[in-house]
Amino acid sequence: MQHKIFFLLGLFGITSAFAQYPFGEEILNRIDMNMSSKNRKVVSKMVIHGRRGSRTIESQSWVEGTDKSFTEYLAPAREKGTKMLKLEDRLWIYSPSTDRTIQISGHMLRQSVMGSDLSYEDMLEDPKMTNDYEAVVIGEEEVDDRLCWIVELTAKHAEVAYHFRKMWVDQKRDIPIMQELIAKSGTLLKRMELKDVTLMGGRWYPKRFIFKDMLKSGKGTEFLVESIEFDVAIPGHLFTKAALR
Amino acid sequence: MIRFLFKGLLRDRHRSLFPVITISIGVLFTVLLQCWITGILGDMINTNARFSTGHVKITTRAYAENADQLPTDLAMIGAEEMLANLKQDYPDMDWVPRIQFGGLLDAPDENGETRTQGTAFGMAVDLLSEETQEINRLNLAEALIQGSMPNESGEILLSDDLAQKLEVAPGQTVTLLSSTMYGSMAMYNFRVAGTVKFGVSALDRGAMILDISDAQLALDMMDAASEILGFNQIGLYNNEEATVLATSYNEAVVDDKDEFAPAMLRLRDQNDLASMLDYIQSFVTMFISIFILAMGIVLWNSGLIGGIRRYGEIGIRLAIGEYKGHIYRSMIGESVLIGLFGSCIGTALGLGVAWLLQTYGFSVGDYMKNATIMMPNTFRAQITSTAYYIGFIPGLFATILGTSLSGVGIYRRQTAQLFKELEA
Repeated sequence: MQHKIFFLLGLFGITSAFAQYPFGEEILNRIDMNMSSKNRKVVSKMVIHGRRGSRTIESQSWVEGTDKSFTEYLAPAREKGTKMLKLEDRLWIYSPSTDRTIQISGHMLRQSVMGSDLSYEDMLEDPKMTNDYEAVVIGEEEVDDRLCWIVELTAKHAEVAYHFRKMWVDQKRDIPIMQELIAKSGTLLKRMELKDVTLMGGRWYPKRFIFKDMLKSGKGTEFLVESIEFDVAIPGHLFTKAALR
Repeated sequence: MIRFLFKGLLRDRHRSLFPVITISIGVLFTVLLQCWITGILGDMINTNARFSTGHVKITTRAYAENADQLPTDLAMIGAEEMLANLKQDYPDMDWVPRIQFGGLLDAPDENGETRTQGTAFGMAVDLLSEETQEINRLNLAEALIQGSMPNESGEILLSDDLAQKLEVAPGQTVTLLSSTMYGSMAMYNFRVAGTVKFGVSALDRGAMILDISDAQLALDMMDAASEILGFNQIGLYNNEEATVLATSYNEAVVDDKDEFAPAMLRLRDQNDLASMLDYIQSFVTMFISIFILAMGIVLWNSGLIGGIRRYGEIGIRLAIGEYKGHIYRSMIGESVLIGLFGSCIGTALGLGVAWLLQTYGFSVGDYMKNATIMMPNTFRAQITSTAYYIGFIPGLFATILGTSLSGVGIYRRQTAQLFKELEA
């Protein structure tokens, strides 16, 4: 009888502890509502810290969900005028110096963009977390003086680039201020930090992303948001191959 | 005496035929194996030296650590000055800059959009300068299948297999998609001047040969080279010479802790060649040792059988007063003659088969389709001066060893027992 009482008390203690945490899906919903949009237009700078020094690439992008995006590089001179169009799992790259449009697809989309720590998928997609991941909140921790939920994500399907993610989500601002992107094998692939979170267009959004490809020897890539507009009117022809030339 | 022994051997075939056949076969295999391994090793070293490693190679330390990834971002800057210094400090060597890189080759349709694509292994060498030795070193003229050699900037040679895969012919344009030295995207148009086939699967699968100045332009590598290769004047790799050179060069830069400081590597330090060469060498040593032992046992056995068969003859020779030592020496003398005769036949046969394999080779192309190491698709034997005497060592040694062991029995014969044995 005494054992049963201890068992029930223990069970009550455990369930009470978990009851303090919100459901993982609820956290993902809040992140999606805050960070995702119907579409967005971003002017950005990418500072790539390589083994031989740093270089900066400027670009402007129009992104609609995970299927459509268009990017034009503005600087430096060697990259200026290069354009990328991504429709579903196909990417076309136009280079003015060759006047050629080259298509890449499949695993090539997981290659580095311009030698940075970002893949084409990282850069050109705005995925909704709730569509791709199951989430469980496993604790809370303070990161950069912000109290965060620690959330573990597992992919719902095989098409996602990172099978597992571990996020530290700002409890007040619904921003994953730190993320670890993990392969199905358990290998840590990338670490991402979201910095300088500010209120933009009625939502909290980071102005600086720091990506570190853990399999590369460089010193990481900073993605700086110069300006961002959510839910803008994007002309339909922008997401066609004709817009590349 | 020799004539006497020789006549005896000819008249009693039981004494000579089986040992001569055994020795001939053994020597044949020894000579053939020596020529075969020498040929394969020589081809492998030569192919690696010409296309990839040089007799020595200079890269940055960071590049050397990741050389299998062809990391152009870790290449040497200031290649021209370095090349000039090398030519001055080591004038006995021929120094050449090269760039190796990976990329995607894209063939356009009539609208300039992607028609076909294939991955390419780029090798940028000095193709266009007047004093270049690279065209001969890479056997480009002999390897040419279609079209012509590049005559001007912007022209490339493609492996014939890759050209067929991309469905491009000489005169057409392809676009290279790769990374610049600084990590940016590199897109560059080239005109296909010709197609080549080297007979090396690792290259024939997707090689793209271009002038180094074009690669520097396309990959944003002005005054840079991923590697500088050194070749000695005679064109044959000499490990001792390479070791002395690499040691002296590396000692001069040992205090420079920069990961982009240059480092000199010998041929055997690259492409896992050291372990491969050592493995083959130990295999050959092991094979020849086992062969000598096995042939020794066979000939010992044959000597024992002969001894039993010649039991009566030896008994009579002892009975009429011939010394045991004289009989033993005459048997050793016979074995020397048999050994020499068998070794000559075996060497002649071995050299004959080796010549066939040297001339016609043995194609292993089907097994090398996915090979990443620089190996020729046709294995050939190579007859060197060693092949003319290598067979005599096991041939003669095993015969003498066999006879020496079996002949010891002569000393156990008791003179007092001889007549009883002969009467029986």
